[in-house]
Amino acid sequence: MSSLRSPLRHLTSFGVMLALIASFAIAPLGTAIAQDSTPGAGGEFDAAPYEAPADGVEGEIITDGSSTVFPITQAAAEEFSNIVDGVDITVDFSGTGGGFERFCEGETAISNASRAIAEDEVAICAENGVDYYEFEVAFDGITVVVPESNTELTCISVETLAAVWAPDSEITNLNQINPELSDLELDLYGPGTDSGTFDYFTDAIVGEEGASREDYTPSEDDQVLVEGVSNSEGGFGYFGYSYFAANEDVLNAVAVAQSPDLSDCVLPSPETIQDGTYAPLSRPLYVYVTAQQLQEDPALQEFMRFYLANAEELAVLAEYIGSPEETYAEDVERLETAIDGSGTPDSQSTPDA
Amino acid sequence: MSILSTPGGVIRGHLQSSPNVRRRKVRGEVVRGLYIAATVSAVAALVVLLISIWTRGASGLDWAFVTNMASSRAERAGLQTALLGSLWIIAFTALIAIPVGIGAAIYLEEYAPRTWWTRILQTNISNLAGVPSVVYGLLGLGIFAEILALGRTIITGALTMALLILPIIIISSQEAIRAVPLSLRQGAFALGATPWQVVRHHVLPAAMPGILTGTILALSRAVGETAPLLVAGATGYANFNPGGIFDGYTVLPIQIFNWTGRPQDEFREIAAAGIIVLMIVLLSMNSVAIFLRYRFSKRMRW
Repeated sequence: MSSLRSPLRHLTSFGVMLALIASFAIAPLGTAIAQDSTPGAGGEFDAAPYEAPADGVEGEIITDGSSTVFPITQAAAEEFSNIVDGVDITVDFSGTGGGFERFCEGETAISNASRAIAEDEVAICAENGVDYYEFEVAFDGITVVVPESNTELTCISVETLAAVWAPDSEITNLNQINPELSDLELDLYGPGTDSGTFDYFTDAIVGEEGASREDYTPSEDDQVLVEGVSNSEGGFGYFGYSYFAANEDVLNAVAVAQSPDLSDCVLPSPETIQDGTYAPLSRPLYVYVTAQQLQEDPALQEFMRFYLANAEELAVLAEYIGSPEETYAEDVERLETAIDGSGTPDSQSTPDA
Repeated sequence: MSILSTPGGVIRGHLQSSPNVRRRKVRGEVVRGLYIAATVSAVAALVVLLISIWTRGASGLDWAFVTNMASSRAERAGLQTALLGSLWIIAFTALIAIPVGIGAAIYLEEYAPRTWWTRILQTNISNLAGVPSVVYGLLGLGIFAEILALGRTIITGALTMALLILPIIIISSQEAIRAVPLSLRQGAFALGATPWQVVRHHVLPAAMPGILTGTILALSRAVGETAPLLVAGATGYANFNPGGIFDGYTVLPIQIFNWTGRPQDEFREIAAAGIIVLMIVLLSMNSVAIFLRYRFSKRMRW
């Protein structure tokens, strides 16, 4: 008897459960959880030179690109939304190349990049009519590292470094780098081929972008590289300076010399990276912004004004190294010409050879 | 012949003394030990995982961690955006996948004629259950985000996840439906019930515990999946909570993935704390499944 009535009840409870799940997701979106739930810890960041527009702006900004630049743009978005309400910003990390792919399709307004845009990417952007400006937001130094236990290898010349990482390199032992060093099998680590760091390093050291030996342990996750190098006696690798700075207790940085006789060894540090003496491995980090949207979209204009006015502080906040002051001043000026349309997008100017 | 025909005691005595039997008994014991070891090692792995995550992440776990928005500073970073993103995704995945999945299972079990065509359907559903999840992500990106121009939004994510768990829901619902005794259906038909009446009043209620368990376990799988949403467009960071199905979003596993990649140690601590929150969400979903199963099977009498 009861089985005639109960199925309906089963179905109703089932519906109730569905409704519960749905309301779980939707209920807190009302007033239950306040949007701004992070007071207190604030104050360490002064958004000094930026003034929010009185009547506010609204809009949506989609950004993608380098995972290296991600923390800076994330910090910018976060601090910006503390001042200006109503601009929805998403920051993604598909890698420099993946970011440009979307950027040149017109999918994103801002592309984070740990290297300058490449020729083939310029061509795709041009084909799709996407004009852009390039702004430098920070500096990073690619750091060559060995484990803390290795105190022998303190300096390496660009030439030797190139020999180690060249395709078909035969160097597998520390004493092949320098015959005076001990007999220690090398264990190589480096970023994978999708990484902007890999592109930059191979270009600057080996001399051809993408040319690298393949018998090393690659990872897109720098933390894996840190652990690999620090846990292997013969560990040897390269990655971004911030990963070295956060792990100085288990890693040693190897100074880089431009002359083969090691007369000009320079260790990476915030100073040597910023003033460029740590060459050729200090590199600028960029954001690329679409020119069209920059002229039309007040939300993007305000966000970029805020971003560039605070770029140095944001870079430091994300544990990178600020670019020189003049660079930022120039960035800010160029942004205004980009907004009022009097500037020439970087995609229009002839690339410097 | 004479040995076999003697009373049991003699046979037992004879067998016990046989080296052959002793060997078989030892073998039996060894195999039993292996099975125990297999069970223990599975549980031990889980325990070790839980302990190591708990010791790393418990210190970072407090209410503010759940209610804070994501942040570029570890001490301020929280899960609110990602948690809400996960709930939105799972709610709409459920709304899409459950009716379609159970409907397909009912059709295949109760209505579909046993033809070569049904067999092809059936085989393909089983194959779909084995397709790597990242492939569904690519499908979602290609079809929902690009061709249907839904963009990298919650609805794209939910549709992708629904596709991912549909085969699991269909297969587990089919098994639950198949387990309903045939006599129940025959009884109903004998009283003149239509196929839909049989399904609605008899088969579905009886199969409900199994269907619910399978469905909720499939949904928990969707909560923990990272790869498809990474491809289909969950973002690494959003400065806003999702407010509709056409909003961008991020989800718990991707937030955790993002934190583990940061150079600072503090981010890996909160990543561990994030894993604990994810585990709590998953375990509570699984306990809902167990509870519902218990409730429904207690009510069922035939």
